[in-house]
This record gives sequence, C-alpha cells and structure tokens, in this order.
Amino acid sequence: MISSLLSKDLPRSRILTAMLAAIFAALALAPFIFPGTRPLDVAAKVCVFVLLVASYDLLLGYTGIVSFAHTMFFGIGGYGIAIALSRMEVGWSAIALGTAAAVALSLVLSFLVGLFSLRVKAIFFAMITLAVASFFAILASQLSDITGGEDGITFKVPELLRPAYRLLEEPFLGVTVGGRFVTYYLVFGTSLLLFLALLRVVNSPFGRVLLAIRENDFRAEALGYRTVIYRTIANCLGAVVATLAGVLYALWLRYTGPNTTLDFGIMIDILLMVVIGGMGTMYGAVIGAAIFVVAQNYLQEAMKAFSEALRGVPLLPDLFHPDRWLLWLGVLFVLSVYYFPHGIVGQLRAGTKK
Amino acid sequence: MAESLLTLSGVHTHIGHYHILQGVDLVVPRGELTMLLGRNGAGKTTALRTILGLWRASAGTIRFESGNIAQRDTPAIANLGIAYVPESMGIFAGLTVRENLVLAARRGPPDEKRLDWIFRFFPPMKKFWQLPAGLLSGGQKQMLSISRAIIEPRKLVLIDEPTKGLAPAIINNLIEAFAELKQTDTTILMVEQNFHAAKSLGDSVAVMDAGRIVHAGRMADLAADAALQTRLLGLSLEAHQ
Repeated sequence: MISSLLSKDLPRSRILTAMLAAIFAALALAPFIFPGTRPLDVAAKVCVFVLLVASYDLLLGYTGIVSFAHTMFFGIGGYGIAIALSRMEVGWSAIALGTAAAVALSLVLSFLVGLFSLRVKAIFFAMITLAVASFFAILASQLSDITGGEDGITFKVPELLRPAYRLLEEPFLGVTVGGRFVTYYLVFGTSLLLFLALLRVVNSPFGRVLLAIRENDFRAEALGYRTVIYRTIANCLGAVVATLAGVLYALWLRYTGPNTTLDFGIMIDILLMVVIGGMGTMYGAVIGAAIFVVAQNYLQEAMKAFSEALRGVPLLPDLFHPDRWLLWLGVLFVLSVYYFPHGIVGQLRAGTKK
Repeated sequence: MAESLLTLSGVHTHIGHYHILQGVDLVVPRGELTMLLGRNGAGKTTALRTILGLWRASAGTIRFESGNIAQRDTPAIANLGIAYVPESMGIFAGLTVRENLVLAARRGPPDEKRLDWIFRFFPPMKKFWQLPAGLLSGGQKQMLSISRAIIEPRKLVLIDEPTKGLAPAIINNLIEAFAELKQTDTTILMVEQNFHAAKSLGDSVAVMDAGRIVHAGRMADLAADAALQTRLLGLSLEAHQ
C-alpha cells in the first residue's frame, strides 16, 4: 500500500525513512502538537515549500533544467486567487476561477518560454528565465491597480477558511477546530496529494526519459526522443505545480505580495533547499524544505538562548548574538554542501549501499 | 549484391571550420553487414553521425529506403528504424540495465522472446537487470549498448568500433553475437579497427580516407588481397591476426 502510494520509489535508507516519517507525522499532527499560531505558520510554510521545491526538483534534478522563473509561477498562483477573491464575490467559485486562470497563464507562459528557449544551452535558458521573471516582478509592481503594487493584496477567504469560523463548538483533543484548522489541512492535504503525484510522474516512463535527457540529451535523441518536447512538458508540469503551491500559500496567508512570492531571495531559497535535500530524489524536497524553513524561523531564537547561556565567556556571546543568525545560517549551508555533496538524501542512500 | 537500403551520394559535412566529409558516396546493401574501415581521422565516425543527423550534412543526399533523410532531425531519423551504438557506448549510467533497455523499446514494453534472445547473446544483461548501468564493466556496457540497439527489430544498425578497448575473450563473444544477428536479416553498418573482427563479420566493405570513400567491394576480396590492405589501410592482414 505505502509502496504503491510512493510509486515504488522507497527512501532506501533507514535514517532517511525515520526522518521522512518524523516530518510527515509532525506536519500531519501539527495543529495538535504545535497549537500556537507561529508553529502552525511554520508547518504550513513547510508544506507549501515541500511542494514548491519538489516541483523545482522535477526541472533541476530530473531534467537538468536551470530555471529562475519558478517564483514567477509561484507568484502567478498567489496573485491569481488574490485578484479573484478581492474583485469577485468571496467564495469557492472565485478560488476556482482564480486558480484556473493562474494555471492557464502559467501553462501558456511556461510553454512559450520552454518551446522558444529550451533549444538553447542551459546557461542561456537560465538567463532567459531570469529576464522573464524580472520582467514579471516589475510588471507586478507597476500594475498597482490590479496587483496592489509593492503593498500586495490582502483579501478575504470563504467563511469556512476564516480564523473566526468554528466548525465544532467544542475543542477536539484540546484544539479549536475552526477556519485555521480547516485551512491548514487543506494546505497539507493538497500538498501531500500533489507531492505523491510528482513522485508518480518521475517514476513513470516519462520520468525515465527525463533522467535520460538530463544525463545526455544527444543519446536520448539518438533513441528517437524529441528532447525539446519532453523538456517543455516538464517545464509546464513544474510551472503548474508551482502555481498551485502559490495558491495554497496565498490562501494560508490571506495575502499576496512581491515579498512573499516573486522576490528573488525566494528563488535562491528554493535552490538551496533542493541542493541541501538532494537533487533528483523528490524526498530531498521534503528534507530540504523542512530543515530550511525551521532554521529560518527558529535559528534566531536558538542562538538567543545559546548566547545567554554563554554569558560571561569572552567573545562567544557576541559571536552567537541573534543578530548574526544569517551568518550562521550561511555557515550551516556551506558545511552541509561540503559534507553532503549529493544532498542529505543522496548521502544517506550512498551510506546504505556501503 | 542485394538492393541498397542506404545510399550516401556526395555527402559533405563541416564541423565548425573543418571540412570532414568531402563527398562521401556509399551504398549499404539491405540485409548485409557493411564494414567501414579507414585510418584514424578518416571520417568514419562523422559518417555514422551524419547518417543519424547528429551532424547535419552540408551537401549531398542520404537516401534511406526511398526518402532523403539528409536534412531530417535525429529523432525523426531514429524513428525510421535506425539504431546507433556509439563508440562511447552511450549508455545512461544513472538508469538500470532494465530502464536502459525499456527506454530504447519505442513500440511499447520489450518483447519477452526478444529479451530471451538478447540474454542468450549477453547473459550479464539478465544477471545485472536491476543494476545501475554505470556500475557495469566496460565489456558489459558495450553489451548493453548493443542490446539497446537490437531490443526491437531495426532496419539499420550503425555500430561504431564495438571492440575498442575490450579483452580478446569479450571480442570473440561479440563477434559470435554479431554473426547471429546477421542471420536475422538486420542491415548493419559497422566501423571497426580490428581487422580480424572486420574480416570475419563483413559481407561488404568500404574504406575511407581523408573524408572520401576510396574503395568499396566485397570483404572477402579485401581479406584475400594483402597488397590492397597495405595500400588502403597501411596494414597487412597477417600483422593483425
């Protein structure tokens, strides 16, 4: 059953299995074991980023496509439902329409970008996607009547998803079952389903062709595969899933703006999560996103506690001062890339083979 | 001689500023194994790659069956039933032996009888069915590359130096496999430096020099004429036996 759900692509390492099970359990039970607002925010962000990073892994890890336009598609999803919900009557039909329009726009854009630029060498494709993504970010900022400009769009969601809504009168296992609870499980469930779908795609015959193209596109062509078509389909699939991740993130935040979706810093974060987790593994997205998002949110507090514990020791409290958290986040990444050159998943699997 | 399956007429190929093929005229008879011989740098590999569209011919025609394929792209040419075994073996190291073979079977899952036939030639393919191809030995990689080319019946198989760098025992094994493959009426165009292998397998032969075909005829005639070998290839048969 589990093997079938995972498309027979099992973790192939005990430690990795334990890590994935722990992350799955923590996310599945997050409203019960982390009842506060902030921990639930972090859990929802992990769910969204697992999906976003997995969709990027389809491009980078499985097809060898380096794209910088992934946050553009993430943003299209967020703006799609934000514009629909802020301009139409708030309801599920507005969400459906906004999502459908965003997916359609992403499909058209990714198809055009793919078809016109996947013929060129990887570095030129990367440059083209960077230019398109920058253009889109400027467009979103300039068209402030539609997008809210730099301020973004704050919007209302259907009643079932509003924080004030109560699905059950009494708390269930001590947890209030309301709008946030429902929204969280909508984000979690959709992310899980789409992640499993991506896992199926990469383990299908189509996924094997993508791996062959990544390894050597000339050899794949010599077997009769039109690599441009396969790359374009992968590009479109990755874009659609990134768009859906954007929809989920906007629904969770009830807000969409350049800083939460289109920012180039988010693109760098996605790249780091893929590399740290392990490219071309899908499970790397889960590990990378979980570690990265948790570190982004809690490293500062951990350092504060550590710094206070070291009070009285010369230099060290200053070195671990919470203001220096970005420095230590950087150090952690350098160390992880140095010690896990194939990502955490790649390294754990290689350890098992030995 | 059998009718022609593939005919190259006045084919020129440029790679960058270099003029590699300088008017190649070559006939590959249907159902035969044609050996393409020549010194290093004569243009043999470029000829195979031009036939498959990996290098685009700058002039001339390449007629396969009844159509000119000179300006068609590689996937379209491959889908006509032409398979290629490159000198570098061209396997996908990250995929398993099974996945490599399944990828090459374009008409659907590989036929069980065909697989058994291939396993008879190359038993390691069955033994290492689920092993990543990158972990195979050099000889086994060559076997996989050839297995991939014949996983389905093909009209033409282009093979580039299959014995290069392999141990004599494995070369003999490959020669036996090709001899049996010939019985299936598969047309083969093979580049080979090992004259012993070339002589024992080839039906017809073409010799290249400086981007042109300088001799074409029956392999048996070339094998019997030491003076011709020395003139065309700079070798004597005895020296390579």
